[in-house]
Amino acid sequence: MGIIKSVADLKSLRSSIQEANQKAIIENNNVKPIEINVAMATCGIASGAKEIIDFLIQELPKRNIVAKIKKTGCMGYCYAEPTLEITKPNEKPMVFGYVDLKKADEIIEKYIKLGALVDGVIPINYELAT
Amino acid sequence: MSIKYRKNLLICNGSSCQEASNFDLVAFTNTKLKEYGLDDDIQAVQSVCFNKCSIGPNMVVYPDNIEYSTITKDDIDDIIIEHLLNGRIVERLVYDDVNKISGSNKKQYRIALRNCGFIDPEAIEDYIEKDGYDALAKCLTAFTPEEVVQQIIKSGLRGRGGGGFPTGVKWDITSKSVAEQKYVVCNADEGDPGAFMDRSILEGDPHSVIEAMAICGYCIGANKGIVYIRAEYPLAIKRLKIALEQAKEYGLLGSQIFGTNFEFTIDIKYGAGAFVCGEETALIHSMEGLRGEPTLKPPYPSVSGYLEQPTNVNNVETLANIPAIINKGAAWFASIGTEKSKGTKVFALAGKINNVGLIEVPMGTTLREVIYDIGGGIVDGKKFKAAQTGGPSGGCLTEKHLDLPLDFDSLTAAGSMMGSGGMIVMDEDDCMVAMAKFYLEFTVEESCGKCAPCRIGNKRLYEMLTKICDDNGTPEDLDLMRNLSVVVKDTSLCGLGQTSPNPILSTMTNFYDEYHAHVVDHKCPSGQCTSFLKYYIDTENCIGCLVCARNCPVNAIFGEKKKLHIINREICIKCGICMEKCKFDAIYLK
Repeated sequence: MGIIKSVADLKSLRSSIQEANQKAIIENNNVKPIEINVAMATCGIASGAKEIIDFLIQELPKRNIVAKIKKTGCMGYCYAEPTLEITKPNEKPMVFGYVDLKKADEIIEKYIKLGALVDGVIPINYELAT
Repeated sequence: MSIKYRKNLLICNGSSCQEASNFDLVAFTNTKLKEYGLDDDIQAVQSVCFNKCSIGPNMVVYPDNIEYSTITKDDIDDIIIEHLLNGRIVERLVYDDVNKISGSNKKQYRIALRNCGFIDPEAIEDYIEKDGYDALAKCLTAFTPEEVVQQIIKSGLRGRGGGGFPTGVKWDITSKSVAEQKYVVCNADEGDPGAFMDRSILEGDPHSVIEAMAICGYCIGANKGIVYIRAEYPLAIKRLKIALEQAKEYGLLGSQIFGTNFEFTIDIKYGAGAFVCGEETALIHSMEGLRGEPTLKPPYPSVSGYLEQPTNVNNVETLANIPAIINKGAAWFASIGTEKSKGTKVFALAGKINNVGLIEVPMGTTLREVIYDIGGGIVDGKKFKAAQTGGPSGGCLTEKHLDLPLDFDSLTAAGSMMGSGGMIVMDEDDCMVAMAKFYLEFTVEESCGKCAPCRIGNKRLYEMLTKICDDNGTPEDLDLMRNLSVVVKDTSLCGLGQTSPNPILSTMTNFYDEYHAHVVDHKCPSGQCTSFLKYYIDTENCIGCLVCARNCPVNAIFGEKKKLHIINREICIKCGICMEKCKFDAIYLK
């Protein structure tokens, strides 16, 4: 038997995950870290998403940006791979397509730092069943 | 962090909006912003298509989220003065009731893909945070297996792999089969050309499939699950394996799950990538280590399947819907979609469409909405010709089907089928005879060879299509081909052969004129079949150098020095050497 032995265990695991997220916010001077999702299904990786995520992991701390970088599965925007979804604190998620190293740099410098969007924004066109 | 830019103007750069505005709106707007001295804190950038092409060019002021439509050069001043400087919305450019014009841009509704792209597929914590494994917990502790099966029946969920058989009914039959050992099989043998729904789900959200398999095991009384996945999906396999390890570690697979007596384990079996192994009996034989050949049903796998035990085979996408149904209720799921097809369907959009990608829409969404509103229309603004659904087993939908609501029954009625969700879009440059030939080539290669109609019949059909595409066809071939198609359909053993002539039959129904043009007029209307092209000598460019004539392997070119040459088409074998050798671009194909 593993860690979860009952329904209560599942619930407490979930709340401890949520607490950990909360802790990260407090540690970041009460600001939610920027969340960056990199679409890394086979297609994304083939278009170069691995390079992009490595770049972000390497560059963001150097530029003093606290971010939660996550590799995810397919976001569905095959035509615009590699794609990033960036959620800044208290803002709506923004999806950027056609990201290469140059664009990733531009996104850090312009969008993350200054709030200026860059070419290649993908409008979100779905609703989630959550 | 300083937020320097107050506002961003997102301007659609979709081909339709660009055509409508006919100039670089982004550069123009940025120049204007500079004129007003606003360029330090407001900028305009290009955005991918908003899918509101009919009212383009479109602009969104972000973060205000105000959408302006049908904007022209002259409107930019208004937007800057009124909105950006005075903070008043330019009402005349706002289309409130967008639904009436081109529909909302939120056409998609994600159930099966609810976590794809949002969670880390290699972290079970991410899945648990998004209510993961709640459905399994609920089923094991609050419901009897019969109650869960009843919920699935009530939800109206139908198999997403192609057949569209009601999932709950399948579970019910398997649960009622009496045996010592039963199995839950996840069919991840996705083989349609251009389809990648299952791969994306397994790569993006493997735990939802694991959870659903456990729920299915609880319902039918099975403690073993097997995922049959093709070895060509290495990343999906890797992520699935990690997910299985994590689920085991967390006690969500194994024995005494959630403190109950229910135990469940999942193994992976690899397929070698044979198309026919997506058929459930062939899949089971392949899992047993036998040849991947189908057998006649009945007995259905629900009664006698893997190792002759009752086996419930479900497709990946079907399973991915299950946790959502349990969590949100059967009534919620049944409220989405059409009368007989509930929920949503994932489609893999491919071909000549702008936004190639994975989409999930409620059943009953029209083909037009999928192609134009979500898919962003046809590449280069060309004309839509057809969309092939159901892969090599399906048929084509044409312009007259654009307003057809997509669901299981309407697609069958239109001579196509839902299939697993591959949708290949074709434009005016695609030849439908060549398209049918492509699919037949695929079926011929994938036929397992067990029954004669499929093994031999499909081969003959392919040869006839090749003959027609090579400009050797006769009108008699068309009748022969139609008859043989019907015979193959009626007499083949399994779904592969029973559906393989569908691309021929549906293109013959919808595009008979193209077949006619090939065999009677000896022309390929779209120009795709190169055999119909002929080599011509351009009277202006030819200087009479004799190079082509000297290089022609069959001596089909005649002419004298410094005089116009002539190609004798009776002799010409269309090898193209003359065109290659000519230094003056004097030879062309038409």
